[in-house]
Amino acid sequence: MSILVGRDTRLVVQGITGREGTFHAQQMQEYGTRIVAGVTPGKGGQSALGGNVPVYDTVREAVTQGGADTSVIYVPAAGAPDAILEAVAAGIGTIFCITEHIPVLDMLKVMPEVQAAGARLIGPNCPGATSPGQAKVGIIPGSIHREGRIGLVSRSGTLTYEVVQALSDAGMGQSTCVGIGGDPIVGSTFIDILGLFRDDPDTDALVLMGEIGGDAEEGAAAWKKEHLPDTPMVAFIAGRTAPPGRRMGHAGAIISGSSGSAQDKIDALEAAGIRVAESPTEIPRLLQECGVRPA
Amino acid sequence: MKIQEADAKSLLVAQGLPVPPWAVARTATDARAAAERLFSAGAHQVVIKAQVLVGGRGKAGGVKLAADAAAAEEVAAAILGMDIKGITVRKVLVAPAADIVHEYYLSAVLDRAARRVLYMGSAEGGVEIEQVAEERPEAITYLHAHPHLGLQDFQARELCFAMGLGGHLKDFLRIAQGLYATMIAYDADLVEVNPLALVRETGADGMTVERLQALDAKITLDDSALHRHPGLEDLRDLDEEDPVDIEARAEGLSFIRLEGDIGCMVNGAGLAMTTMDLVKRAGGQPANFLDIGGGARADRVAAAMRLILADTSVRAILVNIFGGIARGDEVARGLVEARRQQARSVPMVVRIVGTNADLAAEILSGIEGIETAGSLDDAVDRAVAASRAKLAET
Repeated sequence: MSILVGRDTRLVVQGITGREGTFHAQQMQEYGTRIVAGVTPGKGGQSALGGNVPVYDTVREAVTQGGADTSVIYVPAAGAPDAILEAVAAGIGTIFCITEHIPVLDMLKVMPEVQAAGARLIGPNCPGATSPGQAKVGIIPGSIHREGRIGLVSRSGTLTYEVVQALSDAGMGQSTCVGIGGDPIVGSTFIDILGLFRDDPDTDALVLMGEIGGDAEEGAAAWKKEHLPDTPMVAFIAGRTAPPGRRMGHAGAIISGSSGSAQDKIDALEAAGIRVAESPTEIPRLLQECGVRPA
Repeated sequence: MKIQEADAKSLLVAQGLPVPPWAVARTATDARAAAERLFSAGAHQVVIKAQVLVGGRGKAGGVKLAADAAAAEEVAAAILGMDIKGITVRKVLVAPAADIVHEYYLSAVLDRAARRVLYMGSAEGGVEIEQVAEERPEAITYLHAHPHLGLQDFQARELCFAMGLGGHLKDFLRIAQGLYATMIAYDADLVEVNPLALVRETGADGMTVERLQALDAKITLDDSALHRHPGLEDLRDLDEEDPVDIEARAEGLSFIRLEGDIGCMVNGAGLAMTTMDLVKRAGGQPANFLDIGGGARADRVAAAMRLILADTSVRAILVNIFGGIARGDEVARGLVEARRQQARSVPMVVRIVGTNADLAAEILSGIEGIETAGSLDDAVDRAVAASRAKLAET
């Protein structure tokens, strides 16, 4: 088991012939991810990754002919919202959008379509997800992982890698590591992913990587307290010393009833019984103190 | 991107919102001339408002009334050059002072959690809405616009009646819909009118009428969408920006200058903030926040290094790159290039891990002035030590 991606994942890479698409498709395949198709409109009939992955013009063909059930998008921002909608229309169940700088109003219009179709979107502007030993989808370097039973969810990209590395170095393997993306509008929230981990028999402990701004961490803390009171969980908040001004504006703060500051988030997490690390490298020790053993 | 009140008003006018006339002046003489025009058009008083991209102008003394042109010049002279929250006032807005019956609040803002545009309306406008939200939350009406249909008429009516503006239903509907149209037209993530005022006006026939007008406007634009609105980039107020910020943006870098002496170059905002947090925790002071972004190539890395070195207080540089979409070898090549061009000798601690880290290590091995580090904690400690050693030299 694991969540979102695994041995059974049949992946289509949207934008497979682009610079990023090609490079990361190769990395994913080397890791063991089953890539069944690529899509680049106008390049249907060609093949990618040294000839062993068929390229289609449309996602629909990737589904009907290639049998794809999961998509990863490396399409540039101007075309990425449409790429998401195409995946949704083709019946893809799990869609990862790696693309950054998508205008937020575009995402406002895309999200109801994703939800109406019952699809799950991770991102945009996210690093993807890896279930160590099974499959990786996105851009997280494969070498840093170790198989195990810790579920990790993060709003950051590279900071996620840092923590995964620290966990693996300490002998603490992961069931699945998920980066949900740092954009104002993302397809899946902390709570969505924590819900998947709750239902995963192979996940015993949780790590949450947050950052200043918004109130997603506060929401996750409250959810954890209610739904997973006994699961060991450690968190980290980036931006304790960041100068103000990179936070959301006042109007955003009013909606959430939160200042978005690191301290408010840390207080909310600790009040929910979640230990908060001061450094990413401290996380393995805190997990051990919560009773999690290396494995 | 934040834009000035005067520019925000122009965008609202373009969407059909009622905004009283205004002029922008950079000198007291120009402010006087603008005031003279307004007085001869029938204004009884004018208001002079500092144009700065920070809140609390009124409290800081940046908004003043003037009863005649001479007073307008005097007031403008006092406001121009004033420092408001660290920003020097370089422009003022001159507008007729409205005869205000009542002040309301109306805004449309992106609600991240709900993934909708949120409308907020209140009969308690003209004051900081944060204060109203805290003290009397029931005084604010909230509702979400439909993601495809926008603010529907029935919603605008609900808002209108809740705000006690039933007597001005038609005008209010036009204004409320206009806020949404403004968001869509310019990819704004906030459109705020505070105050939306009911003002008393005397018509040509001598009869007084009450009308709704947007007396202030605040708009922030989505940086990711600026490329599809070519004219909007011109509204960026370069007067209020550090030249370094302008250069950073041109290079596609996210850069914030800070007070310390350890220059930081990191990929990813979360990791960049974490690196700064750890530098402080280890007793050092970061000189900047710098996120070189995803997929940074060698030339962008070299540009980032130039920005860091342009800050003369930098005594050591910490490079922390965890390759994912960014490739270690590209970053390493950029660093070597930057080192070659570098005019002054600043010790550099480099940690590159992740994608193509092995290639990066090959490229960096044996380069003078570059110290490599394995773990994040080790890199931070070395950078802090290097900055201290450099300080001891001087």
